[in-house]
Amino acid sequence: MGAATAFPGSGRYWDDGTSVARLREQLPDTVLDEVEFRGERTVVIDREAVLDVLSFLRDDEACTFDFLTDITAVHWPDRAEPFEVVWLLYSFRRNRRLRVKVREGVEPSVPTAVPLWPAAGWLERECYDMFGIDFEGHPDLRRILLPDDFEGWPLRKEFPLKR
Amino acid sequence: MSESLRATSHGTGKETITINMGPSHPSTHGVLRLVLELDGEIVTACKADLGYLHRGFEKIAENKTWQQFMTWTDRMDYLAPASNNVGYILAVEKLLGLDVPARCKALRVILCELARVSAHFLWLGTHALDLGAATVFFYTFQQRELIYDLYEKWTGARLTTSTVRIGGLARDLPPGWTEDVKSYLKQVTAVIDECEGLLTRNRIWVDRTKDVGVISAEDAVAFALTGPPLRASGVEWDLRKAQPYLDYDRYEFEIPSGTVGDVYDRYLVRMEEMRQSVWILEQALQNLPEGPINTDAPKVVLPSKEKVLTSMEDLIHHFIIITEGIAAPEGEVYHAIEAPKGELGFYLVSDGGPAAYRCRIRPAAFVNLQAIEKMAIGQLIADVVAIIGSLDPVMGEVDR
Repeated sequence: MGAATAFPGSGRYWDDGTSVARLREQLPDTVLDEVEFRGERTVVIDREAVLDVLSFLRDDEACTFDFLTDITAVHWPDRAEPFEVVWLLYSFRRNRRLRVKVREGVEPSVPTAVPLWPAAGWLERECYDMFGIDFEGHPDLRRILLPDDFEGWPLRKEFPLKR
Repeated sequence: MSESLRATSHGTGKETITINMGPSHPSTHGVLRLVLELDGEIVTACKADLGYLHRGFEKIAENKTWQQFMTWTDRMDYLAPASNNVGYILAVEKLLGLDVPARCKALRVILCELARVSAHFLWLGTHALDLGAATVFFYTFQQRELIYDLYEKWTGARLTTSTVRIGGLARDLPPGWTEDVKSYLKQVTAVIDECEGLLTRNRIWVDRTKDVGVISAEDAVAFALTGPPLRASGVEWDLRKAQPYLDYDRYEFEIPSGTVGDVYDRYLVRMEEMRQSVWILEQALQNLPEGPINTDAPKVVLPSKEKVLTSMEDLIHHFIIITEGIAAPEGEVYHAIEAPKGELGFYLVSDGGPAAYRCRIRPAAFVNLQAIEKMAIGQLIADVVAIIGSLDPVMGEVDR
């Protein structure tokens, strides 16, 4: 690709793996996979441990991910576990980001993060609205951008662009 | 009204009425609809109903090439389109692992900071108008027009600027443009001062905004507020400082912050941000690097017309980029900028194809707006208007 250049600062503001190592040590068997791309670290965790992991990452003194930047999902219809639910965390104290992922089956359902971060309220509603992901225990899980009587989950791959 | 939208009073036992504010109400800044439950004039519950401007941008992104989708971003926060363009393109460049020349970075900073000044002027004019201070509106809209003129001269468009390209920019500055901006900047500070003179110590303005819609620093973080609403609560955090992109670490500027986190603090923060942006613009123009605006990446950046007509290789590159789009590696990235409204992030997932497999837009305005359901409680209904203005939601970005 032409002259060898690199996007400046790639990875400088992402967790360097210390939080994941700490997670493996303190909550064994919760980490299923760890990926690094362009300096960005993603940790794939066990579905059963979502709340434990998120609250550990938030409260642990070495992790301090006190800020929930975003919640979203990705649909991979050809995979055995077609849904990925993605939490993007940020630590003010350490100025580092970390992406947390869970892989889900055909009826995706994960626990809500509202008790940890009120910010999760609308983010989870949007994720539900677009992908049909059930956030168990969400105080008010209903469509947010689309009308109440809308049918289907538009960001799933089988949903057509036009119809 | 559907039952699910009916706000609840949490069992206070008082008789309340439920009213709609919006979606077509001049003070709700577009198509925001709030369902308010009132005990007299006091708001006891507030729920927002969104989506009146939903256009499915994230779905569209999956069906357009990487470059094509940039034009859609203009229509998100349509008060700062150039800033959205830059935010999106930076995420694509991160995915590609691409750096751009110093001149390009400086020009993008100019795009972003002009957008911030323009967006804040619109916020100020409408916010003041909502609270009955009509005069300010005329000053701010005139200033905004002048910025649009500058955009038009450079990019050919006033609103849909779409001038950022993967690996560079569509065009360099036209002759005399920097002089135009310099003379614009010379007069703008006086206008900001004049607006402040009309409001900052104005008794009515202070009464309407002080201690209204307060949110503590702790709550601001819990609600994931970013941008001016976060800083007004006392958290000095700005992505341009915390995670500098576009060489922002080479500019001198300060992050204004508040202490109380009320409507008044959010007002003061944005006013100071405009001055800081003017300062950044002056530095960018002063030290504008010479050199190319596009990075040397022939498989990504379109060649000049002259080269297409004279060189076989460039003709092929041009053909491939236009017909097939560029190939991005498999992987996923997140990149965020400090947009006028706060953290505007793009989470791009690529399966190696010419378009995003998934493009998640982390909208600052959407996340910030959520806090209104908390801020409005216990306030007068008239103050809800002040709170909406102080959160500066732009529904194009909230609904996407």
